[in-house]
Amino acid sequence: MTKSSLQTADTNDRQPETAGFLTIENVTKAYPTGNGGEFVVLDNINLTVEANQFVSLIGHSGCGKSTLLKIVAGLERSTSGLVTLEGREIRKPGSDRMMVFQNYSLLPWLTVRENVRLAVDEVLKDASRAEKASLVNEHLAMVKLMPAANKYPDEISGGMKQRVGIARALAIRPKMLLMDEPFGALDALTRGKLQRQVLDIWEAHRQAVLMVTHDVDEALYMSDRIVMMTNGPAAQIGEILDVPFAHPRDRAALRENPHYYELRNHALNFLDQHFGADD
Amino acid sequence: MVQLSIMALFVAVSQATWKRTKLGLLRNTVLYPALGFLGILLLWYGIASLRHELMPYPHEAIANNLDFIMHPFYQRGAGDLGIGWLLLASLRRVLLGFLLGAVVAIPLGFLIGMYRPALLALNPIIQILKPVSPLAWLPIALAIFNLAEPSAIFVIFITSLWSTIINTALGVSSVSKDYLDIARVLEMPPWRRVYKIILPASLPYIFTGLRISLGIAWLVIVAVEMLTGGVGIGFFVWDEWSRLNLSSVFLSVFVIGVTGLLLDVAISRLEALITHRRTPKEG
Repeated sequence: MTKSSLQTADTNDRQPETAGFLTIENVTKAYPTGNGGEFVVLDNINLTVEANQFVSLIGHSGCGKSTLLKIVAGLERSTSGLVTLEGREIRKPGSDRMMVFQNYSLLPWLTVRENVRLAVDEVLKDASRAEKASLVNEHLAMVKLMPAANKYPDEISGGMKQRVGIARALAIRPKMLLMDEPFGALDALTRGKLQRQVLDIWEAHRQAVLMVTHDVDEALYMSDRIVMMTNGPAAQIGEILDVPFAHPRDRAALRENPHYYELRNHALNFLDQHFGADD
Repeated sequence: MVQLSIMALFVAVSQATWKRTKLGLLRNTVLYPALGFLGILLLWYGIASLRHELMPYPHEAIANNLDFIMHPFYQRGAGDLGIGWLLLASLRRVLLGFLLGAVVAIPLGFLIGMYRPALLALNPIIQILKPVSPLAWLPIALAIFNLAEPSAIFVIFITSLWSTIINTALGVSSVSKDYLDIARVLEMPPWRRVYKIILPASLPYIFTGLRISLGIAWLVIVAVEMLTGGVGIGFFVWDEWSRLNLSSVFLSVFVIGVTGLLLDVAISRLEALITHRRTPKEG
């Protein structure tokens, strides 16, 4: 590890590695276009995420933030550059980086419990039946879904579906949680409640989280760092904002903190600056 | 004020429609179908009164068929069997041929849906063979088997292939990328991916194919049996026509129709049972 990246200066004492937990180095993603050229989506992205850090990726639609998340998930390959998790290169999808999808991606022929169970069965093959069952129950209880455990996805609300997605992701004990606009499809009230629930869970079991969002308040409320991306094509990291508020966070208290508005305005100004290029 | 009266109006209208829907349900499920049957009976009486030397009146048809209706499972010597036995013989051929067809067609559909070279290789053949009337296979089958019974089953087998192959392939190739992403993230091995994700995701398509196949198979068996003879509802129709016994032909038409309907209901029940899902409400 000779190459040290941007944010390793503030070393974390829980973290023995010199490089970050997740390291994204010089990642570029381009698609070939019909006329022989190429369309650059992501241009030279460098980022590290520490083991217990909640990091948000924010930017306008089409800026490639979801593409970056999919590259970390292994669902897409970068054109060049390197992504490593604990020093090991990411080449393909893996259950160590479990994904929470925007459209939930629940299997409609399975009940809530079976959806979570499927993931546990696939990943924790060595666990006994009893261990698996209790793991499923524990995580269903964590997202308060025990009463709906035997329902099918088309019988529950969007917020409940996403809670299943979150329970499924957490139940397999991933090293890192990837969330692709997890609250994007929900109404405002449900979104606020679910943000709180996810934050509760995260504050109790800290781990690395990378979340894509386009909501500044959501990013400020939940994350430790906000990675703000410039508009595509050839999107880059424009700026990384540290969110200094201690966890557990209280939304009301946050709103009374003058520093909150400083950060909020700063982020919104950034997004405004990078808006309107091609929309 | 205006809002209030609009509300009241809305409530009144919705109550009225509720009452109407309850009555409407009765009307739609009992009255109209009964009118339809009545119309057919009147038409029958009309035609029979014009050509009575050929065509019996409905009540005569029932009277002539009373023996068949009352004793569907009689056995009076070789070949003289009740209509229930004939029906069972035909059903047996259809189900055998259909099951053999499904056993071949579903894996083929998976192959075509998952593996593009298989699609490119087999699609032209399927497109050419699909519009061929299954009866055209009967001489070929007779040449191969030299026997009526396996030939009939073979024709039903061929009949059952195409819709099931095409629909299975469509279902397999249109499995949502989201589901496949889940499989990839969970690092499912390929066979488990087929078994745990692709198969359940494409079951509704597979059942659509099976349902169409079974429907056509039931259409075709009547024609096949007319040609091959032997014990079966199709040959019965032809035989009774040769004896100018139109009453029994009408009875057979009714029995064949109801059986086809029951087959269709049975396969959609089976689908609901296997997929553990309520079938979506129609209409």
